[in-house]
Amino acid sequence: MSSHTSRYSLANLIRHGLTGHRGWTPAWRHPEPKPEYDAIIVGGGGHGLASAYYLAKNHGMTNIAVLEKGWLGGGNTGRNTTIVRSNYLLDGNAKFYEHGMKLWEGLSQDLNYNVMFSQRGVLNLAHTKGQLETFRRRGNAMHLNGIDAEILNRDDVAKFVPSMNMSPDARFPVEGGLLQPRGGTARHDAVAWGYARGADQRGVDIIQNCEVTGIRRDQNGVVGVETSRGYIATKKIGLAVAGHSTQLAAMADVRLPIESHVLQAMVSEPVKPVLDTVITFGAAHLYVSQSDKGELVMGGDIDGYNSFAQRGSLAIVEHVTTCLMALFPQFSRLAILRTWGGIMDMTTDGSPIIGTTPVPGLFLNGGWCYGGFKATPASGWVFAHTVATGQPHVLNAELSLDRFHTGRVLDEKGAGPYPWLH
Amino acid sequence: MILLTCPHCGPRGISEFTYRGDATVARPTAPEGVDDTSWVEYLHLRDNHKGPHDELWHHVQGCRRWLRVRRDVVTHKVISCCDLAGDPAGDVAESNP
Amino acid sequence: MNRHPSMGRLIDRNRPLSFTFDGETYRGYHGDTLASALMANGVRVIGRSFKYHRPRGIFGAGSEDPSALVQMRAGARAEPNMRATQVELYEGLVAHSQNNWPSLNWDLGAALGLVSRFLPAGFYYKTFMWPGKFWPHYEHLIRNMAGMGRSAKAADPDHYEKRHAHCDVLVIGGGAAGRTAATEAAKDGSLVWLVDENAQLEALDNVTTMARTTAFGKYDDGLYGLVERTGDHLAKPEAGAPRQILWLVRAGRMILASGAIERPLVFANNDRPGILLASAAARYLADYGVAPGKRAVIVANNDSAYDVASTLIEGGVEVAAIIDQRHMTTRREIAGCEILHNHAVIDTAGRHGLRRVTIAPLDVDGDAVPQSERLIDCDLLCVAGGFTPSVHLFSQAGGKLTFRDDIQTMVPKTEVPGITVVGTANGELDGGIGAPIALSRGKAKQFIDLQNDVTAADVELAAREGYRSVEHLKRYTTLGMGTDQGKTSNLNGIAALANALDKPLPDVGITTYRAPYTPVTIGALAGREVGAFFTPTRRTPLQEWHEDNGAVFVPAGLWQRPHYYPRGGEAMADAVKREVLAVRENVAIVDVSTLGRIDLHGVDVAEFLNRVYINGFKTLAIGMCRYGVMLRDDGMIFDDGTVAHMGDNHYIMTTTTANAGPVMAHLEYYLQVVWPDLDVRLTSITDQWAVVAVAGPQSRALLENLDSDMEFANQALPFMGWRAGEIGNIAAQVFRISFSGELAYEMAVPSDHGHALWEMLLAAGKDMDVIPYGTEALTTLRTEKGHFVMGPEADGRASADDMGLGRMLSSKKDFIGRRSLRLPALMTEGRLNLVGLVPTDGKTAIPPGAIMGNRETPGPSMEKAGHVATSVFSATLGKPIATAMVTNGRQRHGETLWAHSPVDGRVVQVEVTDPIFIDAKGERLRA
Repeated sequence: MSSHTSRYSLANLIRHGLTGHRGWTPAWRHPEPKPEYDAIIVGGGGHGLASAYYLAKNHGMTNIAVLEKGWLGGGNTGRNTTIVRSNYLLDGNAKFYEHGMKLWEGLSQDLNYNVMFSQRGVLNLAHTKGQLETFRRRGNAMHLNGIDAEILNRDDVAKFVPSMNMSPDARFPVEGGLLQPRGGTARHDAVAWGYARGADQRGVDIIQNCEVTGIRRDQNGVVGVETSRGYIATKKIGLAVAGHSTQLAAMADVRLPIESHVLQAMVSEPVKPVLDTVITFGAAHLYVSQSDKGELVMGGDIDGYNSFAQRGSLAIVEHVTTCLMALFPQFSRLAILRTWGGIMDMTTDGSPIIGTTPVPGLFLNGGWCYGGFKATPASGWVFAHTVATGQPHVLNAELSLDRFHTGRVLDEKGAGPYPWLH
Repeated sequence: MILLTCPHCGPRGISEFTYRGDATVARPTAPEGVDDTSWVEYLHLRDNHKGPHDELWHHVQGCRRWLRVRRDVVTHKVISCCDLAGDPAGDVAESNP
Repeated sequence: MNRHPSMGRLIDRNRPLSFTFDGETYRGYHGDTLASALMANGVRVIGRSFKYHRPRGIFGAGSEDPSALVQMRAGARAEPNMRATQVELYEGLVAHSQNNWPSLNWDLGAALGLVSRFLPAGFYYKTFMWPGKFWPHYEHLIRNMAGMGRSAKAADPDHYEKRHAHCDVLVIGGGAAGRTAATEAAKDGSLVWLVDENAQLEALDNVTTMARTTAFGKYDDGLYGLVERTGDHLAKPEAGAPRQILWLVRAGRMILASGAIERPLVFANNDRPGILLASAAARYLADYGVAPGKRAVIVANNDSAYDVASTLIEGGVEVAAIIDQRHMTTRREIAGCEILHNHAVIDTAGRHGLRRVTIAPLDVDGDAVPQSERLIDCDLLCVAGGFTPSVHLFSQAGGKLTFRDDIQTMVPKTEVPGITVVGTANGELDGGIGAPIALSRGKAKQFIDLQNDVTAADVELAAREGYRSVEHLKRYTTLGMGTDQGKTSNLNGIAALANALDKPLPDVGITTYRAPYTPVTIGALAGREVGAFFTPTRRTPLQEWHEDNGAVFVPAGLWQRPHYYPRGGEAMADAVKREVLAVRENVAIVDVSTLGRIDLHGVDVAEFLNRVYINGFKTLAIGMCRYGVMLRDDGMIFDDGTVAHMGDNHYIMTTTTANAGPVMAHLEYYLQVVWPDLDVRLTSITDQWAVVAVAGPQSRALLENLDSDMEFANQALPFMGWRAGEIGNIAAQVFRISFSGELAYEMAVPSDHGHALWEMLLAAGKDMDVIPYGTEALTTLRTEKGHFVMGPEADGRASADDMGLGRMLSSKKDFIGRRSLRLPALMTEGRLNLVGLVPTDGKTAIPPGAIMGNRETPGPSMEKAGHVATSVFSATLGKPIATAMVTNGRQRHGETLWAHSPVDGRVVQVEVTDPIFIDAKGERLRA
């Protein structure tokens, strides 16, 4: 599929520029579904597309399809605040996310698609000595897992984020923070598009506007999917439909420890550079960065109740902006330009689920809670391994569905089996 | 913001309430007598379908009662809201569009 | 100033104003917008576009304008990206152009125009990848080129308010349709609000009218978000008045009368200053008496052009030609004005503003016939591409749209309960019906989105590359993602995509409308919750005393608790050491009013306590207290505290400070949902009591100095007993419980008497040098005593057995969380147990948050054996100590481990010990 003129490079950009860019070929085909595939990935978001890409690239499975009910990248891949980090405390999470971080670091070159991965750091702010000690524990755990982490004191923070309110009279003065310098942001849509293009070039059929309406099984396991574009046979189905995992799993009578919640995000109007890193507020729920376009990109807490509506309440927007004002009172006269919501799979321990299910041939990649975007490459990598071999990769062994049965949950926050608290 | 018509306090925005999800989850009456699977299902499995959803809300900034709410999780329209102790007056609460 | 003598219904010529733009002083009138005043002064170039830095002028006359964005005000009031078309003029207004360097007219960024052919939509996805390590440098350049205006650098001196209101009917839009609807709705006595984003809104009988008010969002259950700009038309808000008010209005129903927005036409170089929406050009004359040019050409695909021509001519503008893209329709003649049917504008000229247009007849395919081109000199080109109804709030509410062929635009299709769309917003267009888009060809840029510089070629490229969904188009090209939210560009963009895909427009779909309709300031959304009011501060009855006596505070949830009380210039470590030693050797007092306090009444309280705590409560006698631990149902520790048996069927429970609220909700949940048959009533009484702990070997002596009817001797008030009595004339409860491990009493009095109690305790202990102590000393004291706390030790993943409380777990009863203790993960070896640590050398501080390892050098073969929970310097023992959670820790007492803290490069060799460092037998508490 790939020809040298469709390769993305400065030389080709100039070459095509001389002919009005009429020579660019489609980034992906729009094929009709075949009657049968070796594997089907349900969900054309970042995770599904990355899974397909690594199935083709790492496992040589190219007779596969990604089925997307709408447009690819239209779910949470295109609705998040684009943060990438691997600053996890628990080993089961940390090793997985750090593998992802390493993939991020070479992703643009690997995909030949600039995903604009920008390692401008992720700084978690602490507002009490106790909070800082909790961060020290996380930072130390990260170090011992080979992950970069720095503990910043007040002066370090003031130097690192000169525009931030460091007043000791603030309602919650900044005491210090945990910085992961290699953390940052990436261009979310580009991640989906880059993986789609890469998968398509390796022969994967990406089929948009194709909704899965049923999963057919026999006594040995799955045999195919019913879709809005007809029945497609397959022996392996990988679900990558976070937000709707319970719906799809229910088609095979699998129940999941997941609730669907709406999480909002928002951007301000674009302004010249004012913030050069990703900040999370430690006294309430806010994460903020500035995009390459100049918009402040913000998110906060989930609305906090089951929802399948991709819209949330104004109260969350008010809260997020209030938190922003606590850190950056000078942003008062900037304006919020867009708000939107996405549907999250909130698990009962706050960690994702990637692995096998009780139904042979049915694999699950879901339960991403707030944090799916950063996991995209690692998730695709280990899910491809799981689908191809039928066994979890060592990196997702602890992320199994079975952990809820044994009690070996990965409760990063220690909040208990309450999805809305994670 | 969704309005819940509390049978004790009247219509209030949901910022006065906290949420506890699926109201159909029943704690085993004799936990020691159930097997691991049943107990884990009680701990971790919850109803998460689209459409009308029965769920618990706690009126923490009002009467402190736990309420059983039926709400469409796609449209957010509240279909009913009543006290768990049963209160016919609060059985049906019409919500504004 | 160029003003028509009689036109200009909104300006007051008796109130001249002066203002500056880019440092030049100009004059205007009260009633002007910044745009109309700049136009009157002949200023054509207002700013530079986002990507190519092309000169941009005034394009519209209201909130739809994508083009004339300015940097308003200065200093801490600086506001970027303000639409000059909506900024009301005031005396002394200061505005600057933005997104240019060094100046508006000589902008180096415009050099990008020379290479713009190599910068199509999404060019950044295709390059800047080699070498990979250069990306940060490329990105730095991109970031500096991007952005628009500049943020203020200091906190906003103005304030914002929020107000809540209810009405029966909310009418949005103060035009004819809205006014009629509002009047009609008010007839039955309904409470009707009519809001409009513009400054002018005449009063209506029986209707509450609000000008300068934008309804920006529709939320669940009839909630609408409105922003009223109360101070923006002034140099600064009136004293004490807010700059803006965020109104949260619950409306029984809403009538949307938000009108329609004119669409531009798409042709080569259609972005020059001097090219205006035709309806806007007419408004500048009619409303402000300003002619947007001297010699005009009007290009249209609909009848509305003819009325605009009449207005312009009335205003003294020469209309050189009307270019009607349609075949001969209704023939209308306008004196002195050439009318060319079946023609189009195919190009324009004029470096810093329009000078000339190129027109050409159209062939049967609608393409321009190039050899028949003709040039017309003009400084104003009015574009009339038909109208798009403003249905944003309808769409936000979930209403679906349909493309109506007869009016060539999107209109409401479905019914949304509680919302009525009326007037032009509902497609009742009077003229102004024209098909979106008419593409000509050629190399010059044909802009669809004037703010983000998205061209017709960009849309075609997106379609060619497979970005066929409208959402892909938007995201790939940034079409409609500017501060104008694509009000003038979205439909044209969709039409261009339809054209590129060779599909009918309705089949292409439409992007989702999302709040806000126009951008809403962060200040308005935050309201008064700024600075100290970010979140409420809870204050104990003794807060003032702490403040007056030099306490250093630390946040504890919403509370601010005394961290320590330095004397003179004393360092924290010295103060804490002094406070700890006072407790261990003498007597000291601490404010513990923040601990949660719950009053329980009912015949089943003992049974209930038995179910919520891991240990038994049925045997607790009246007059006695008991320590208890609560689990969640997943078996993890949830909270701990003491319960006092106060009388028949009456108990008082204390909780940790942080968990006071969650524990109350937890108890209510189990009582109301799980065990409604139990007779227990709960009342939170945290705020009703002031509680002071008196701790130290001299505490009994201090209490005996009080004027009290109570006896404090061991036999009268034993360890874990409580008594009621009077101190002075205050009714008090005294609980003999201890957190520090010393002889100690918790004294509770009604809140109003807290200060009096505190003073009496200080007076009674004066001769024995009683001092107050803070939370840091508390932490040291409890660590010495081996008490775990929620957070550092019990972090939500720890069981009671992990804390060494296995013996407390009652085997005689069921309790919350018990069943989970039999799950495999809680039964196996290798759990983290609470232990103590001491440095092997007896002096090196143990790094807080360190990870435990079985070797000095980390590496794959090192066993990670848990982590340090709380690290303190024990003043009592004169050396550093710590608590830690260590794998199988209870079996490892005496073992040597290393505390690894790579975040500060420290590794400390430690010995694992019992977590209780002092008085393991508990003799001091019982003294």
